[in-house]
Amino acid sequence: MTVTESAPATEFIGQRMLRREDPALLTGEARFTNDLVVPGALHLALVRSPYAHARIVHIDTSAAVALPGVVAVHTGADLAAAWAAPMPCAWPVTDDMKNPAHFPLAVDKVCYAGDGVVAILATSETAARDAVDAIDVTYDPLPAVIDLEDALADRVVIHDALGTNTSYTWALKVEGAPGQIDAAFESAAFTVRERYVQQRLIPMAMETRAVVAVPQPFGGDITLYSSTQVPHILKIMAAITLGIPEHQVRVVAPAVGGGFGSKLNVYAEELLCMALSRQHKVPVRWSESRTENTQATIHGRGQIQHIELAADADGRLTAVRVRLLADMGAYLQLVTPGIPLLGAFLYAGVYDLPAAYDFECTSVFTTMTPTDAYRGAGRPEATYAIERAMDALAVEVGIDPLELRRRNFIATEAYPYTAWSGLTYDSGDHDAAATKAAALVGYEALRERQRTQNIAGATTRLGIGVSSYFEMCGLAPSRVLASLNYTAGGWEAATVRVLPTAKVQVVTGTSPHGQGHETAWSMIVADKLGISPDDVDVLHSDTAIAPLGLDTYGSRSLPVGGVAIAMACDKVIAKAAQIAAHQLEASVDDLEFAHGAFTVTGSPESTMPLAAIAFEAFSAHNLPEGLEPNLECGVSYDPPNFSWPFGTHICVVEVDTETGAIEVLQYAAVDDCGVQINPLIVDGQVHGGVIQGLAQALFEEAVYDSDGNLKTSTLAEYLVPAASDVPPITLGHTVTPSPTNQLGVKGVGEAGTIGAAPAVINAVVDALAGLGVRDVPMPASPNTVWSAILGAAPAPTDTAGTDVGDHPDATARTTVAPPEGGAP
Amino acid sequence: MIPAAFDYVRATSADEAINLIGEHGDEAKFLAGGHSLLPLMKLRLAQPSVLVDIGRLSDLSYIRDAGDHIAIGALTRHHDVEHSDVLAEHVPLLAHAASQVGDPQVRHRGTIGGSIAHADPASDLPATTLALGATYVAQGPHGTREIAALDFYEGFLTSTLADDELLTEIRVPKMQGAGWSFQKFNRRAQDWAIVGVAAWRRNGDSGVALVNMGSTPILATRVSAALAQGASIEDAAAEAAAEADPPSDLNASVEYRTHLAKVLTRRALEAAGT
Amino acid sequence: MEISVTVNGTEHQHDVEPRTLLVHYIRDTVGLTGTNVGCDTTSCGACTVHLGGESVKSCTILAVQADGADITTIEGLATDGVLHPMQRAFMENHGLQCGYCTPGMVMAATSFLEENPHPTDREVRIGLEGNLCRCTGYHNIVQAVLAAADA
Repeated sequence: MTVTESAPATEFIGQRMLRREDPALLTGEARFTNDLVVPGALHLALVRSPYAHARIVHIDTSAAVALPGVVAVHTGADLAAAWAAPMPCAWPVTDDMKNPAHFPLAVDKVCYAGDGVVAILATSETAARDAVDAIDVTYDPLPAVIDLEDALADRVVIHDALGTNTSYTWALKVEGAPGQIDAAFESAAFTVRERYVQQRLIPMAMETRAVVAVPQPFGGDITLYSSTQVPHILKIMAAITLGIPEHQVRVVAPAVGGGFGSKLNVYAEELLCMALSRQHKVPVRWSESRTENTQATIHGRGQIQHIELAADADGRLTAVRVRLLADMGAYLQLVTPGIPLLGAFLYAGVYDLPAAYDFECTSVFTTMTPTDAYRGAGRPEATYAIERAMDALAVEVGIDPLELRRRNFIATEAYPYTAWSGLTYDSGDHDAAATKAAALVGYEALRERQRTQNIAGATTRLGIGVSSYFEMCGLAPSRVLASLNYTAGGWEAATVRVLPTAKVQVVTGTSPHGQGHETAWSMIVADKLGISPDDVDVLHSDTAIAPLGLDTYGSRSLPVGGVAIAMACDKVIAKAAQIAAHQLEASVDDLEFAHGAFTVTGSPESTMPLAAIAFEAFSAHNLPEGLEPNLECGVSYDPPNFSWPFGTHICVVEVDTETGAIEVLQYAAVDDCGVQINPLIVDGQVHGGVIQGLAQALFEEAVYDSDGNLKTSTLAEYLVPAASDVPPITLGHTVTPSPTNQLGVKGVGEAGTIGAAPAVINAVVDALAGLGVRDVPMPASPNTVWSAILGAAPAPTDTAGTDVGDHPDATARTTVAPPEGGAP
Repeated sequence: MIPAAFDYVRATSADEAINLIGEHGDEAKFLAGGHSLLPLMKLRLAQPSVLVDIGRLSDLSYIRDAGDHIAIGALTRHHDVEHSDVLAEHVPLLAHAASQVGDPQVRHRGTIGGSIAHADPASDLPATTLALGATYVAQGPHGTREIAALDFYEGFLTSTLADDELLTEIRVPKMQGAGWSFQKFNRRAQDWAIVGVAAWRRNGDSGVALVNMGSTPILATRVSAALAQGASIEDAAAEAAAEADPPSDLNASVEYRTHLAKVLTRRALEAAGT
Repeated sequence: MEISVTVNGTEHQHDVEPRTLLVHYIRDTVGLTGTNVGCDTTSCGACTVHLGGESVKSCTILAVQADGADITTIEGLATDGVLHPMQRAFMENHGLQCGYCTPGMVMAATSFLEENPHPTDREVRIGLEGNLCRCTGYHNIVQAVLAAADA
């Protein structure tokens, strides 16, 4: 019998099955961390630094201690003995990377506004909050460092012991022959040289973080409930940081209200609740306010990108050179330094580039909230740079930007394609996705309309923006992670357990927080085992129930965790086959497994359903000699490769040149994520991803003033768009199965975000090209667009331009500046 | 998210409310819908020691035709202003402006009186009532007085309303068929305007007021004067920012606001017709 | 201060501190945790409930202001174990992912349809301007509300 590695029947896979997660979430029955009732819990509140950079001179806690309900007040100095190790950074990207020791409470010095200084425990949240106002901290303020190029200059060094603000420089240079890159630029028919800024973003999961630590004072065990994406990683790291034997730590992620990377971390408040609950021998809980969330939860992006492209006379790329300056924030969180590296392989986009690629990233500390993974994590940044630069190249070459992309796409027949980096791209059909996207918006007709609409003097200008991308997900082959100095691997674990009554439990190491794993995993198992999804329960997000796993981030859950489940099903089938063969008195090789039953080839009456085998496995009355009872198999699956979802997005905008307002008229996204387990969920992931990318392009930015104060600390100032502010989305899909796993899946969580921001900005710039605008920085607010128009030189073909304003201060030129010194 | 502690008293009449606020001094605040005050209190940016809840004074919630004007009780909710048939007929500009305040949930709780008394230059209704030449009625310990909208706004979040005075009624002249427009420009629909323009025109008369173009709502008298003298819309709109002193913030520079005020005023006047 | 509030048809009487927000009263005192808190600036709408049949943000109302009021929370929408048409429409149109904004979104949407039973796509979007969602991009939420309007 051949049951291993076979693609499953697809009775359920591919169906738009409604989510089993929904009824609890729709009725208020779901329990988020703040919903847990824990008798006797004390409430933690933190006094946070109002300064970006200051020495702590004195802390007076006397008034707070005297308040009713206040149980204890701890400073960083008090708690120094509670930590066995500093807060973890799992990704020392270079051997000489600088990483300042970082503890849950600051001791001598604060390094960003929001840094924790004092921990208060009280009998109610209200009492704890009142006590915050009663703590008097004297600070000696130091200069803030909020500009990356200023940080690089080391005029103010943030971490004294390091002697510099530079954390590391990491390079990836590949050329077929020495000097190939320089030669390519020297002989290029066309070059472009661009500088883009990836503004800081705030992830803004709708559920802020929340933590409950429940100790067992006389046994030493401790259970941590946390709104986290990574219960497994958190368990290991908490054990190390607190010096608790790992087997005594249990981490549970209850219902989690979104993460987007922000809950892929080990946070001070998790460690504080654990340490203080052990010290005080009572449960301790903490709930993050939104204003705390914007400062104490990681930010994303924060890069200055210099990208240079060289191309031949037809516009075909011959070399790519990239220099990044990346903002680490005040400290290195769990994977902070690795984020720019996740993009390092994507600055050549989906294009057939000869081995002429030169990438270097320098990362610096600033006095702002630490950065870390935010939806896409390095890949949206890279895609933005190459896709914006491709549009700039199209202008240079003088051809349509879609045509330029077509000329450069990796050809479908070239797959599997070994890239300049040595990585193998699994499968792709870029032209098909682009063609489909173009058809969805009516690309040619739009270009025609644009020619008649964007005439001299027009104040409502049409723009069309294209973006083609790879997602690069399925994080990650452990050997590749090793080469990038990541401390852990990238495998995922799964156990499939057939119960005596033929119901199935699936134990997964993924930890969903909106992705619908319970539904999707049950569909995979149902097809593999020939049973109903209703007979499958999916267990997850509790390290006592699912002890092995590496959690959910980086669009990895399906291509790694989902594939692991399919493989565990294969093992179950193989074991069941032995029992069936024994019972049916046949050879395993003569059995066929279909529709949930084994049948002897050629003897359809000689059959045994999985349900009967399950009970035989349980009763163990009559098993083959030497076979263990029970029908339960586990797999730890390490993917052989990244998976490479791809696609093309096209955005159509009108820009009101009088006000700078942008209206998105159409948005089409064609994403190819390989085989779709549940298209309903795939569509939702793309929709949400697109709007997060569009929000970066048009709305969102974490803005700091020169003193290092976050000016966008609430949802009133940080502009997460509402339904009224964003367009409907037209979706299309192509399906190019991945050959690297039995399900043919690739992953989809970040594709929308990766594709969207460059599509939107390309459209905006395209609309304004006739006015001489070459770039509009993100977020393209009306004010920013208006300033870009004012600052642009009138294009020779459209000298009449548009009367955009009358103020004399036309200094706000925001178009491309040449790279600064030190850049290429 | 948790306000500082305060004492709470509930008034059963306007007289009682005024007495209570008088008793408690300047640390006391009226609480109507609470949608201006409570957000500040949750962030502890406001910490009144006493709140006098006037939310149950249902006799201050009404919209009445009073002949030459419409009388609106101060506790009338934005939602009710938005959906009033009387206002739709006689003061459609105000009904429309109310539909642009905040979001539906805010409009279900927030009141016109609360919004005006808060005197936020970025709010829609202070400027709109200013453009319409409204009169506000205030009741204090010594009786009631009328305050022209033009005399009401003193500075950022401050008005000529005394601490112990309660805004009870907003009187808005009927528009008598005037053309009108409310141009609200923002990045998210739920937000305050970056710049807003409320305008009406009828024969040679007009009223134009600006949202978020200074420390108070701004009556653009030079626009109306220019129109009265026969200037083109384009030329009149060029005067829009002449009396403004716009702020600079995350969403807009002074220059951009100045420019927007002119563009939006032009568009408002064009939409209002002659 | 002693207050009496009817929540999902059941009358509750409690002594509350004046500064207690309605959302905290509902969650912590009444014990109905379906209503969520997502911000501190009346921006996100996660805490939306019905007060007297209309959508309100329960984070911006004091419990004492709600004395005597009739309140419906997300727990009060389904009857006898059967989802309300709006809840069913959200499920059928995949109008939720993490589900955190969902109770507030559903309560805002039901109140909106009361006022505008046959909206357009654009009207739905404007009608939900007071509710933020980070997962769905709103597309399927709008589809769900349109479907519920047709139901």
